[in-house]
Amino acid sequence: MVTASDRDGRTIEVRGLTKRFGAVAAVSDLSFTVAPGTVTGFLGPNGAGKTTTLRMLLGLVEPSAGTATIGGVRYRDLPRPITTVGTALEAASFHPGRTARNHLRVMAASSGVPSSRVDAVLALVGLSDYATRRVGGYSLGMRQRLGLAGALLGDPGVLVLDEPVNGLDPEGIRWIRTFLRDLAAEGRTVLVSSHLLSEVQQSVDRLVIIAGGRLVYEGTLDGLDTGGTVLVDAPDRAALAAAIRSAGGSVEPGDGGLSVTGLDATSVGAAALAAGVPLSLLMPRQGGLEQSFLDIVGGGGSR
Amino acid sequence: MRFTGALRSEFTKLLTTRMWWVLALILVVYVAFTAAALGATFGGILPGGDEAGLVGDGAPALVYSVAVTVGYVFPVILGTLSITGEVRHQTLTPTFLTTPRRGIVLAAKLVVLFVFGVFYGVVALATSVAVGAGLFTLGEVSTGLDDGEIWLMFARAVLAMGIWAVIGVGLGTLIPNQIAAIVVLLAFTQFVEPILRTAGMFVEGLSEVAKFLPGAAGDALVGASVFAAMSGPDASGALLEWWQGGLVLLGIAVVVALIGSLTTWRKDVT
Ligand SMILES: Nc1ncnc2c1ncn2[C@@H]1O[C@H](COP(=O)(O)OP(=O)(O)O)[C@@H](O)[C@H]1O
Ligand SMILES: [Mg+2]
Repeated sequence: MVTASDRDGRTIEVRGLTKRFGAVAAVSDLSFTVAPGTVTGFLGPNGAGKTTTLRMLLGLVEPSAGTATIGGVRYRDLPRPITTVGTALEAASFHPGRTARNHLRVMAASSGVPSSRVDAVLALVGLSDYATRRVGGYSLGMRQRLGLAGALLGDPGVLVLDEPVNGLDPEGIRWIRTFLRDLAAEGRTVLVSSHLLSEVQQSVDRLVIIAGGRLVYEGTLDGLDTGGTVLVDAPDRAALAAAIRSAGGSVEPGDGGLSVTGLDATSVGAAALAAGVPLSLLMPRQGGLEQSFLDIVGGGGSR
Repeated sequence: MRFTGALRSEFTKLLTTRMWWVLALILVVYVAFTAAALGATFGGILPGGDEAGLVGDGAPALVYSVAVTVGYVFPVILGTLSITGEVRHQTLTPTFLTTPRRGIVLAAKLVVLFVFGVFYGVVALATSVAVGAGLFTLGEVSTGLDDGEIWLMFARAVLAMGIWAVIGVGLGTLIPNQIAAIVVLLAFTQFVEPILRTAGMFVEGLSEVAKFLPGAAGDALVGASVFAAMSGPDASGALLEWWQGGLVLLGIAVVVALIGSLTTWRKDVT
């Protein structure tokens, strides 16, 4: 074949994806794109529909409506899927009586992946010493690593990882962050889900955030930052609030003053001076990404 | 490529847990025990065989065929567990991720389990023949092994064990819950079918239907069964021809697997 190596990332496209489990609308009309060669964080609180979305992308769950493709092809139409898309879904999908090496051998056999690759990926995730132990005795962290080994087995250009950080100790979390960055540096496309922004914040280029099965944000990390708030107070709060509103800011009661959004600290001070309101407090507060994330999913989270 | 890959994967899968050899071991012990009890009776070592009129030309076939008459449940269990085990341990996820065409996975399992069923058949027959022929020799009666007919019976017995394993796969796809599937399997093979077949001997017309039950069809295919023999002299009339029995058994396997593949095998894996 003269096509590009499978190591090159491909675009993941989700269009109008919808899944209902009986009365539960797990995912509703979800569309987003994951560009090749980027690490995209797929975020949302527990129950937001992340796992369901990924399982629809991988052909494990039949969508009620919509499509999901990888490089324009449905997962089930890929000839040797694990050589194109590597997947690590939630931890428990191993037969407890099978060893790690044999688990990977079963996967490798299906796709013509050489068995030398099995030992290579076990070494890559640091499980070489445990390769011949039955998975039943593995800790959650070791299972996560074995899941990642399975994802890397076919040396795929696209990786789909569902909450890979869950259950890892701080050492493991540090390890996986480096790991994700290395994968991206090799030009692979990575879609990694988490319910905590802080877990993936340092590793991702872009974010897709869902809540209640719907898209609430798609874009860069920087774009998520809503700029924070300014905490301000004056003996005459009513006059201060009026001054800020007329300058274009919005005001809410905060703890120990008024919480202003839409204006920075300089503009708030200028507005107060122009209105002749003496201030007793003026303090910019960094909202932070985590706060913006919580604001966004809080707003769209309830159905 | 996809199918051979799936075949290799399913073979590796079955060989990398303890289930296949644990079941084979129990099968050997169970068949050896039954063949010993019957062989001792028919071989004239234990008293009682003569009065019952059981000692005779048919005795070797009856003793050797316990490999299937008591052993057939084992390939069924192995086949059923090959599906329900994946459901129970959630390994359908990696299985369908590596081979997303579920029909291919099921077809590969059917082939692999047929092969394992045949293997169980060979192992079980080797056991019943070793034990039975040993006892016949000891009792100084004919082992019947110089008769070409008995070797044809061995071939049919091995084939039957293969088909039983395929039926097990079908049962697993139909009832993916492991406990439910095993309960249904044991209830059907140990109670429902024996009762229906016994009732068939007394109730006019019912025997016509009872012939098509899987156990009866299996006995017909093998062509020798200590249970059928004990049901009395007319009992042979209550069975199909061997090839009819084989087709019925195969038909049951295909229909069960087909229904399973169109229903639970298509379900979402969450
Ligand atoms: N098999 C299922 N049957 C019924 N409801 C389900 C099933 N799987 C998931 N759900 C529901 O769908 C919603 C989304 O779940 P999930 O995709 O697991 O969310 P997340 O991975 O973001 O935590 C939840 O309300 C969950 O209860
Ligand atoms: Mg989840």
